[in-house]
Amino acid sequence: MSTKETIEFRKQVVEDVLEIYPEKAKKNRRQHIAVKDSECASCAVKSNAKTVPGIMTARGCAYAGAKGVVWGPVKDVVHISHGPVGCGYYSWGNRRNLADGEIGVDNFVPFLFTSDFQESDIIYGGDKKLEKIISEVVGLFPNAKGVSVLSECPVGLIGDDIESVARRMSEKIELPVIPVRCEGFRGISQSLGHHIANDAIRDHLIGKGPAREIGKYDIGIIGDYNIGGDAWASKKILEEMGLKVVNIWTGDSTLEMLQNGHLVKLNLIHCFRSMNYIAKHMEETYGTPWIEFNFFGPTKIKESILKIAAQFDDYIMEKALKVIEKYTAPMQKVIDIYRPRLEGKSVMLYVGGLRPRHIVGAYEDLGMEVIGTGYEFAHNEDYEKTIPALKEGTLIYDDVTALELEEFVKKLKPDLVGSGIKEKYVFEKMGLPFRQMHSWDYSGPYHGYEGFPIFARDMDMAINSPTWKSIKAPWSK
Amino acid sequence: METCTKVTKEWLNTQEYREKNFAREKLVINPAKACQPLGALLCALGIEASLPFVHGSQGCAAYFRSTLSRHYREPVAAVSDSMTEDSAVFGGQSNLIEGLKNANALYSPKVIAMFTSCMAEVIGDDINAYLGNAKEQEAIPKDLPVALANTPSFKGSHITGYDTMLKGLIECLAVPRQEDKINDRLYVVPGFDTYTANLREYKRLLKVMEAPFTLLPDQSDVLDAPNLGTYELYPGGTPITEMKEALNAGSFLFAQTYATPTTRKYLAGKEVPVEVISMPIGIGGTDKFIEAVAKFTGKEVQKEITIERGRSIDAMTDAHQYIHGKKFALFGDPDVLMGVVSFLLEMGGEPVHIVCTNSTPLFKKAMESMLEASPYGQGATLYAGKDLWHLRSLLVTEPVDMLIGDSHGKWAARDANIPLVRIGFPITDRVNLHRYPIIGYSGVINMITMIVNTFLEEVDRNSPEAYFEMMR
Repeated sequence: MSTKETIEFRKQVVEDVLEIYPEKAKKNRRQHIAVKDSECASCAVKSNAKTVPGIMTARGCAYAGAKGVVWGPVKDVVHISHGPVGCGYYSWGNRRNLADGEIGVDNFVPFLFTSDFQESDIIYGGDKKLEKIISEVVGLFPNAKGVSVLSECPVGLIGDDIESVARRMSEKIELPVIPVRCEGFRGISQSLGHHIANDAIRDHLIGKGPAREIGKYDIGIIGDYNIGGDAWASKKILEEMGLKVVNIWTGDSTLEMLQNGHLVKLNLIHCFRSMNYIAKHMEETYGTPWIEFNFFGPTKIKESILKIAAQFDDYIMEKALKVIEKYTAPMQKVIDIYRPRLEGKSVMLYVGGLRPRHIVGAYEDLGMEVIGTGYEFAHNEDYEKTIPALKEGTLIYDDVTALELEEFVKKLKPDLVGSGIKEKYVFEKMGLPFRQMHSWDYSGPYHGYEGFPIFARDMDMAINSPTWKSIKAPWSK
Repeated sequence: METCTKVTKEWLNTQEYREKNFAREKLVINPAKACQPLGALLCALGIEASLPFVHGSQGCAAYFRSTLSRHYREPVAAVSDSMTEDSAVFGGQSNLIEGLKNANALYSPKVIAMFTSCMAEVIGDDINAYLGNAKEQEAIPKDLPVALANTPSFKGSHITGYDTMLKGLIECLAVPRQEDKINDRLYVVPGFDTYTANLREYKRLLKVMEAPFTLLPDQSDVLDAPNLGTYELYPGGTPITEMKEALNAGSFLFAQTYATPTTRKYLAGKEVPVEVISMPIGIGGTDKFIEAVAKFTGKEVQKEITIERGRSIDAMTDAHQYIHGKKFALFGDPDVLMGVVSFLLEMGGEPVHIVCTNSTPLFKKAMESMLEASPYGQGATLYAGKDLWHLRSLLVTEPVDMLIGDSHGKWAARDANIPLVRIGFPITDRVNLHRYPIIGYSGVINMITMIVNTFLEEVDRNSPEAYFEMMR
């Protein structure tokens, strides 16, 4: 098919799929789906809008964004899931935020702390209980550097005042107690939860840390949650470049790293969506500059290294060039092994904050083509950043519904689908190779030079697994 | 800094810390319980072409689906009506109606199983009235059954939600009991059971025993679906036709006690004969199941069953020496704990710490009297309403040889330097365990295999060369 035919075909696919909807839902969904064409006239997809009720969205809620994404990985803070037991239970130990530290002493990432609301708490309010809980936390975990209170739906509905509790208790225990108003009904996806979590860092922590001289090459990584060790892989490159990573937000991070996030020469932002707010705040308030970077795949890593080094002096640039040189041959070796096995294979993605665009380059390094991509909770600026990275004919879908994604995949027939746990087994049942691209399917890291060989191996393993060949029984017609 | 860290780590393992830990009143740390709607969703998946529908925040639905998918490694379908801030002010009716309309148009279910999450419960949405209005407005056909369950997360746990949804499904789908229409079927309710192989095992045993039966609900083909190269949204479940006849059942047999009281009470109110047994785990537990089924059919127990039982006894005697006198800690749901503890007692194993976060007074009484009646249960304590951080204190101050529970136990087991044998829900860090039954006589063999081979693997891995032997 020519590009023009591909575009026409895919546009027709969209029209056909939309036919399944009742009128109102169809009108809504149409605005969220586009095919990139030469004019790019139809590229604009609507985003960050309410999900259509009843359609099976993959989206989560504000609590998931605030606790699950932003706050959960902060290791030396006790995070209280304030409300009934469920939200905390479902977000316990399943985001692979690796953290270095002694569990129960100065690392509380693999824990669920909950106020386990009962009916009486709904009727009489949970503020008193929360006070008691915070005192108990301090007694049992004296090395905790602070306490965050992440409110679940009922807290906001019954009119509890967690802010006053936090203020009172913070004075009493002489540690930061951070109220985070991330009730799941707020906003329309995880996204508002990120924003609320960022605001809580702004209001309660930034600028309140111990004084520190800013070293010449001090930098921070913002928006890397250390999934499977990603942040460590990124840090490795940056330190080889001669830079000093003093903060990571929030993978393997500490309270102090959050307090002193502005005390760096430069902040590097990986997941723009979840942490742009605070990066902008640090720039506006403290003059801390920030730039985006992308450490997926050698091409993008190289571009990013040069972009980062350009912010510093010749010394760093020289080291940066050496880093690129050092890894060129090993990365080429990875490409030489896997590219012949993956060349021309097509991928459809549906992920979260940054990956629907950031990973495109890594696939391209392996000779693969992204033919469809979309975000669960992106805003317009994310799509604006994404569309230039895509080829003409790429299908773009926002907050795609389970049925849409299934139908798109059936029609576009990619060789690989990259999405989440809720999607994984649907496509595997269809006999389609799949990789979880939130959790790296319990593999990783995928960031940096350390991650690319693992990424390449995993994609090859998925696509070329012999297991797919056994699906059809020899006697089946 | 370093010294401070060290001191505290040791302190966590002290008796002093244990006391402090047990003195906490409000803070809950690592509880072994989830919330009601998760159980409701699991229940709903076990009915033919049933679409689970969460009336509440969409994040709840995402969490339930992910949690179940991680355990089963299977697709889990559920929609929500995505209530947001404006629903908090105006109520969730418009979301519910629009959600029903879209869900029905997209997914053509035979029944929608609607249950609530926190938000709807706190603002007091009347889902029954809203459903009436939805049908009135023709958002969905009047004859599309929609089962309802109020499942607030601030009451009970996942097993409560399972029960409430089950009652809702029967209430919605079954025609009223008519004395002249009583069928000859035994309706077997497994309870909150996350082993698809258990469900298949029930069906196999019932077939061997020639009992006409309906397994209600039955997620075995839904959550252990074959890979035939196509994705089926509704790959199985209890047939709607059999749901229709549920109240005309010859009898109901409940294979879990603490996950089913609401449904049992409802059925008893409808004059349906109801029998309840403990989850058929271990020899005695399975015997009771077999006897209950035989009582229903009025037939002698088949020789095949007796032989099967004998094979399990053989496995028990073969392996008794590896479990006898070993000390165990366990945590999990009440019904599973009753079963697994009864099995350990049958083997001469000694349960020491039993933690049940979602305990009930009835369960506590039953567990304690079972322990009291066994010479091997004398050293055991049931910690009702406690959590896995309590359990950790118990393990490091009063050591045992093995922990039995779900994947969440792995940190406590690691800190205590003992193996964790994974029985329960969720199991997210091992493959295929839900594909092996823990109920029935075959479950006895499987549990022996898991427990004994884990012990023996430890022996081999840790034995000095001089003691490294061919036979164990």
